[in-house]
Amino acid sequence: MNNDTILSVSDLRKYFTTAEGVVRAVDGVSFNVKHGETLALVGESGSGKTTTGHVIMGFYPPDGGKIIYKGAYELSIPMKKRPLELKRDIQIVFQDPGTSLNPKRLVKDIISLPLLVHRIVDKSRVYEKVAELLEYVGLSEEYMFRYPHELGGGEKQLVAIARALAPNPSFIILDESTSALDVSSQARVLNTLVKIQNELKLTYLLITHDLGVVRNISQRVMIMYLGKIYEEAPTEDFFKSPMHPYTQMLLSSIPTLSEEDEKIKPRGIESVGEIPSAVKPPSGCRFHTRCPFTKQICMEKDPPDIVVNNNHIVRCWLYA
Amino acid sequence: MLLEINDLHVYYKSYWYILKVLNGVWLRVDKGERVGIIGESGSGKTTLLKSILKILPQNGIIPRGEIRYDGKNILKLGDNELTKIRRKEIGIIFQDPMAALNPVFTIREQLYDIIKHKMMIEGHNPSSRELHEQAVKILNDVRLPDPERVLESYPFQLSGGMRQRVMIAMALISAEKLLLADEPTTNLDVTIQDQILKLIHKLVIEKNLSTILVSHALGMVYQMTDRVFVLYAGDIMEEAGTNELFNHPKHPYTQLLISSTPRLSSVGVGEGIKGKIPDYRNPPPGCRFAPRCPYVMDKCINMKPGKIQVNKDHVVSCHLYD
Ligand SMILES: Nc1ncnc2c1ncn2[C@@H]1O[C@H](COP(=O)(O)OP(=O)(O)OP(=O)(O)O)[C@@H](O)[C@H]1O
Ligand SMILES: Nc1ncnc2c1ncn2[C@@H]1O[C@H](COP(=O)(O)OP(=O)(O)O)[C@@H](O)[C@H]1O
Ligand code: SF4
Ligand code: SF4
Ligand SMILES: [Mg+2]
Ligand SMILES: [Mg+2]
Repeated sequence: MNNDTILSVSDLRKYFTTAEGVVRAVDGVSFNVKHGETLALVGESGSGKTTTGHVIMGFYPPDGGKIIYKGAYELSIPMKKRPLELKRDIQIVFQDPGTSLNPKRLVKDIISLPLLVHRIVDKSRVYEKVAELLEYVGLSEEYMFRYPHELGGGEKQLVAIARALAPNPSFIILDESTSALDVSSQARVLNTLVKIQNELKLTYLLITHDLGVVRNISQRVMIMYLGKIYEEAPTEDFFKSPMHPYTQMLLSSIPTLSEEDEKIKPRGIESVGEIPSAVKPPSGCRFHTRCPFTKQICMEKDPPDIVVNNNHIVRCWLYA
Repeated sequence: MLLEINDLHVYYKSYWYILKVLNGVWLRVDKGERVGIIGESGSGKTTLLKSILKILPQNGIIPRGEIRYDGKNILKLGDNELTKIRRKEIGIIFQDPMAALNPVFTIREQLYDIIKHKMMIEGHNPSSRELHEQAVKILNDVRLPDPERVLESYPFQLSGGMRQRVMIAMALISAEKLLLADEPTTNLDVTIQDQILKLIHKLVIEKNLSTILVSHALGMVYQMTDRVFVLYAGDIMEEAGTNELFNHPKHPYTQLLISSTPRLSSVGVGEGIKGKIPDYRNPPPGCRFAPRCPYVMDKCINMKPGKIQVNKDHVVSCHLYD
């Protein structure tokens, strides 16, 4: 692990036992997150994105693998046993702006709670700090005295971000944080996220299924399918030359708004089929049941990591 | 002209207050035309579609307005005629398939019911063999593999994409002239969304249907429609041909909406729109966008802008163009 790495994940596994059998939600995932970057984790629903985020948060322990944070902390320990300092440093913003805020509390109380728990400011200065945090995410002081139901969807999400910022974290997991919003609110939230990242030197793990959002705020992208990562690349490179057939299928499915956007979409590949059950994932390459290029070997053996050029990694037999 | 709506007002009443949602909406759909309606969540898109079929919830009332469909005023039709239109002429794909499908009946029971009622309107009481044939045919139409298994399933046993296909199948049974699609792909992955949209597109052409597609996903509307209406807080803000609207938007709301959409070819989204949809108990008396509009002028506050024809195929409702 080198110096600019904040989080290092290796061979991470998380299985759930259900009535249908064992769900291999995360099945051998490795990646590094660099200080100050936005790393996007993308894939269809059920691919294991949220589970990855939740294991990092310590909501449940992994079934295998290692997560090292800031070179010092081993994150396999559950949330409850983590030192307060570590809990403070890693925050998460959830998808649903409606349910993640307590409906009975005023915005000022929602945001002051983490300030007090983590002793960020003296009690007498708490509301001053709340106002400052609201200002940061572009909401006026007047919002302190509103209840969540008096806010629009985008505004709720901005409050959730202010709450996540309150304990001065270095690392924030954004799990579909703008997916439930209208584009007009989404744009506002995205702009705010970029602004505060620059000012506070934050690191983001951006979990999303929206490649338009990825293009706009991330520096690197990972594509996840059925518990495994199949492509990883710097954002520019990723959109210029998407390599994995699954990546190409995702890109070609996006309804675009202009000719220029249309040109980015790969030709000659069409969306077919659905993501199979994670209880019985396909053998070999897990994408082989939907891939137009499947060969014999794809059904038998898991493709290896292939490093194409400057940090562009793809797992597909086409490139082996 | 297949459908023409003028000055439509819709209120939702509660014991304490009245929500004045639709505020004089206009709309028109030609035969074979694919129309899109875009606007933020809470703008009244679903309310508008439900008005067309007169299936508003109990507390929804229409104090004023006209909905002309195929030469008839929907709001003045008797129950018999309305039932006939709902069962045979206009079909609707609802926003949330889980809410629209009945969880305690199998797909077979639900499909048979719809097919049977439609055939009875045509003066024919179908045998169970006919029902089965029709049901299998319609499931094949929406490209559902293994129709027999689907027929035996309860809604919760199907994936989101499969439920959506079942919803489309049901809507198609009743849509011989007009198909209303309310956010037909929300909560689906883009890959499945793409499959569903292509399917709808194909079927609409095959069956020569007129359609109204409602969505806040602009890319989808750009690709699927011929003409677009922009609805904000119960008012139509702008109407134009699809290309014209997306390439030369005139209304500040439309411009902000379009610039907020992330692109694949470039980095940086617009600033978005501050604030939120107004409170319908006490909506702004003039332009309903005034509280959020960066160009707001004095007259916008109290005077509702009229319909201004900016060119042949482009109407905007904004005082900037007075
Ligand atoms: N039965 C009802 N009683 C009271 N208010 C209602 C009722 N149905 C809808 N509304 C309100 O009417 C307004 C318009 O709602 P509508 O569902 O038509 O919006 P929409 O544009 O379809 O939004 P979305 O994009 O979220 O589906 C909202 O403020 C909504 O809360
Ligand atoms: N607590 C749980 N119990 C059982 N299965 C789960 C649980 N959480 C997630 N899963 C399953 O794990 C897989 C990955 O889910 P998730 O991480 O939520 O994916 P994503 O966020 O990419 O949509 C899915 O098959 C899901 O149903
Ligand atoms: S390994 Fe084979 S099946 Fe998998 S994506 Fe590549 S070509 Fe397709
Ligand atoms: S009428 Fe006035 S407030 Fe309304 S959109 Fe036009 S300029 Fe803005
Ligand atoms: Mg998730
Ligand atoms: Mg709706």
